[in-house]
Amino acid sequence: MTEETLLSARGLSLHFGKVPALVNVDADLWPGEVLAVVGESGSGKTTLLNVLSGRMRADSGVTWYRDPQSRLHDVHAMPAPALRALHRSDWGFVHQNPRDNLRMSVSAGGNVGERLMAAGNRHYGNIREAAIDWLAQVEIDPARVDDMPRTFSGGMLQRLQIARTLVTHPRLVFMDEPTGGLDVSVQARLLDLIRSLVARLNIAVVLVTHDLAVARLLAHRIMVMQRGEVVETGLTDQVLDDPQHAYTQLLVSSVLQA
Amino acid sequence: MNGYNFAYLDEQTKRMIRRALLKAVAIPGHQVPFGSREMPLPYGWGTGGIQVTASVLGAADTLKVIDQGADDTTNAVSIRRFFARTAGVATTTDTNEATIIQTRHRIPEKALREDQIIVYQVPQPEPLSKLEPSRAETRRMHALAEYGSMHVRLYEDITRFGHVAISYDYPVMVNHRYLMAPSPIPAFDNPKMHMMPALQLFGAGREKRIYAIPPYTDVRSLDFDDHPFRTTRAPQCCALCGADDSYLDEVVTDDQGGRMFVCSDTDHCETRQAEGHTGTGEPVVKEAAE
Repeated sequence: MTEETLLSARGLSLHFGKVPALVNVDADLWPGEVLAVVGESGSGKTTLLNVLSGRMRADSGVTWYRDPQSRLHDVHAMPAPALRALHRSDWGFVHQNPRDNLRMSVSAGGNVGERLMAAGNRHYGNIREAAIDWLAQVEIDPARVDDMPRTFSGGMLQRLQIARTLVTHPRLVFMDEPTGGLDVSVQARLLDLIRSLVARLNIAVVLVTHDLAVARLLAHRIMVMQRGEVVETGLTDQVLDDPQHAYTQLLVSSVLQA
Repeated sequence: MNGYNFAYLDEQTKRMIRRALLKAVAIPGHQVPFGSREMPLPYGWGTGGIQVTASVLGAADTLKVIDQGADDTTNAVSIRRFFARTAGVATTTDTNEATIIQTRHRIPEKALREDQIIVYQVPQPEPLSKLEPSRAETRRMHALAEYGSMHVRLYEDITRFGHVAISYDYPVMVNHRYLMAPSPIPAFDNPKMHMMPALQLFGAGREKRIYAIPPYTDVRSLDFDDHPFRTTRAPQCCALCGADDSYLDEVVTDDQGGRMFVCSDTDHCETRQAEGHTGTGEPVVKEAAE
């Protein structure tokens, strides 16, 4: 690829006591690309996500982020205010449990509008309009803009979280098992939604999942992790159709063929 | 008074509080922690305000204490008598005469002057407390001026009620920098804080915080561009002095639905009555109470 990377990590290592969570991990993400990180639980997927997003520090290694003005920033050397501002505007984080991210005592519209207000928008009418527009985009009935999130189903909560994250048009979104805990039909709809939004808005995504089907559907490229190491990386179809590493072969063959 | 230091607190404590006050004045709206002392009155009755007053009080000062605007309520009378006994200072109910005014939940109707200090009693100094339970996090939000979430609260009110329904302790931006809880004064009083000539000091005894607004400081109530801040008051006139621009208390006069609206600032009301203003003197006739 000739284009410059949006996010690059080199030699990330992190140990929790004696347990290696990350061992010399390299990662690259180009603008508009979806990168899936797969592996069994405990393989360091979520840790990698936290380190890449600056929420956690690695023992060694660097992570570079290229801002819209094409300046490079070392994510871990950034001052806290700049990193927090980045998380509020240019980046987004979609949690596995939407309740971690949403304000459950604030209406759906308030939840979607919060990032706009944090960005300095002070016009009620515009904020509300944007909230209604985004609810429609994530297929929630705009008439429910004033309802409390606790009256929403699990799938709706997850879609509400996505609307809340995307309302400021981030360039990079970190997703931690966005379809975990949802039943299969809801999962399928959500995946479809994420795929169309990501393609339309040209958002780069780092997607952590243990579900190979999710990776197959959404990701352009895939990283397979085992015990903190990246054992295989490449184009999604290539890796899943022709796995080279023994662990990837095991992972692919363990999926039930429907 | 024998057995007590001037104004009850010992000199070391007063010095500590004055240092906190100086810091608070230097950073308008910023909450400064201080070593709050046990005072001979319960938390919630003005332990913070009374410590601040004790620290700024001099022998030549004249003290006025109001509670919800009134000079004659238990809290106000007790604190005024406390300082009359422990400091021997002159006390007054006249806003004009006072050099220090300790207040709970009101700002006097009469505009304050440069040579006056107003001390607020504050139950909850943290304006973000209802949105963010962690104090470590709210301190970080203040440090980085991340106040967007406060507008979520206003957004919710407009969505639910059509207007911002915060009637007291309405959050303000001080000097374009710090978000501040103005203590539970009615939103009606918020505009008085803006560019006030008097020094404004805030003491929260239980929460151990002091903050301040220096004279002539910009104080803005939070709002949206298309829903500007506005004050509300009962649409009646004072039944005793006829004032149509003062903040009114609603007094229930019987169990038949009869009620009376009178100025909450008793000094303002009495001054006006002495000037010859009169109200109807009658309770408002109950409306649609069948």
